[in-house]
Amino acid sequence: MACERWTEKLDAYADGELPAAEARELDEHLRGCASCAAEGLRKVQLKRAVQAAGQKFTPDPAFRNRIQRSIAAPRSSSWKRRWLPVVVTAMAAVLIASAFLLTQSQRRGERQLMSELVDQHVATLASSNPVDVVSTDRHTVKPWFEGKIPFTFNLPELQGSPFALAGGRVAYVKQSPGAELIFRIRQHQISVFIFQERALEGAGGSESARTALSFEVRSWCRNGLCYFVIGDAGAQDLGQLAELLKAAG
Amino acid sequence: MPLFDRLYNFAHWLTQDREEAEDLVQETYAKALKGFRSFQPGTNFRAWIYQILRNTFLTSRTGSKATATVPLELESDDEVLPVASDTPESILLQRSDQQLVQEALDRLPVPYREVLLLCEFEEMSYQEISATLGVPMGTVMSRLSRARRALRNTVQHLQKN
Repeated sequence: MACERWTEKLDAYADGELPAAEARELDEHLRGCASCAAEGLRKVQLKRAVQAAGQKFTPDPAFRNRIQRSIAAPRSSSWKRRWLPVVVTAMAAVLIASAFLLTQSQRRGERQLMSELVDQHVATLASSNPVDVVSTDRHTVKPWFEGKIPFTFNLPELQGSPFALAGGRVAYVKQSPGAELIFRIRQHQISVFIFQERALEGAGGSESARTALSFEVRSWCRNGLCYFVIGDAGAQDLGQLAELLKAAG
Repeated sequence: MPLFDRLYNFAHWLTQDREEAEDLVQETYAKALKGFRSFQPGTNFRAWIYQILRNTFLTSRTGSKATATVPLELESDDEVLPVASDTPESILLQRSDQQLVQEALDRLPVPYREVLLLCEFEEMSYQEISATLGVPMGTVMSRLSRARRALRNTVQHLQKN
């Protein structure tokens, strides 16, 4: 008979521990088998009985108070001891909250800056006159910026790399001038923005690789200057150009 | 205090004495507070604190005595109490039988009593019981099955007398 298979599973069934598929099968069996159904009923009844009988002892109120006191104020004699943890916790909570808010506003600043730079890059791509200094020679492009921006930077040697310098122009963020350099790789144009870290008011952020409006972006800050490499070339290409710039800077 | 009433109830069931139950609960809370760092977040807090209570009980005088008198064949498979052959009606338990069941539970050996209380009254899953008692799931299931059979026999025995 099929019962043998099920009798040992009735416990797990009553405890709700039988896998769903098996429970359904057992359901089916119970509908047609009076003896298993009766045994199952007895098990459930016994369960209920123990459940009801289980609550037998209630703690003495005096005992509850004693435990509560021993937990709430272990060895606390002065108000300072009692309140210090509360004060410390509150201060920690405030610190965490403000750090969180600061991070949030920093992130918002970063996002805003990023979309501004992507806009500038797109504007450069669309412009019929994308660069103010047209030269593939870094020794021409770099001196051109002299007097136009309040800092100087180094450009990498591109010979042997797939990149070519196309030129540069002055770009602005937060009313501060910086350099925008245009590089070419195959059919793609990549803009490299360089700004002073303090001009970005903390929005430069830490070194990162991300995608903004489906443009690849690499950014990092070093020696007071923040670099942003933006383009629609592959992530690998941007990474390689970023490494070249870092090596030169 | 989390679980205070339930822990006390369980402790009293184990010790069967008010004073000892209070000592047991007090010690459990002290140990839990001291050892809170050993509690891994994400694991079952209830199983953790019941485990502390139970281990404290086992090392107490009453606890070691109670478990020392448990017959060796408790966990063996060959010794199985005879299944009650009475008709289903004879075990039908009414609300008024609560005292009878409590008395039967009192008479059960501690391992049976505790596994029944954890499963039926605390409504722990097999997994939680396994964590609380520190035994494999298979042992939980076989012990539960034996405990239920023993309880049923004891209830019937008490009913007859």
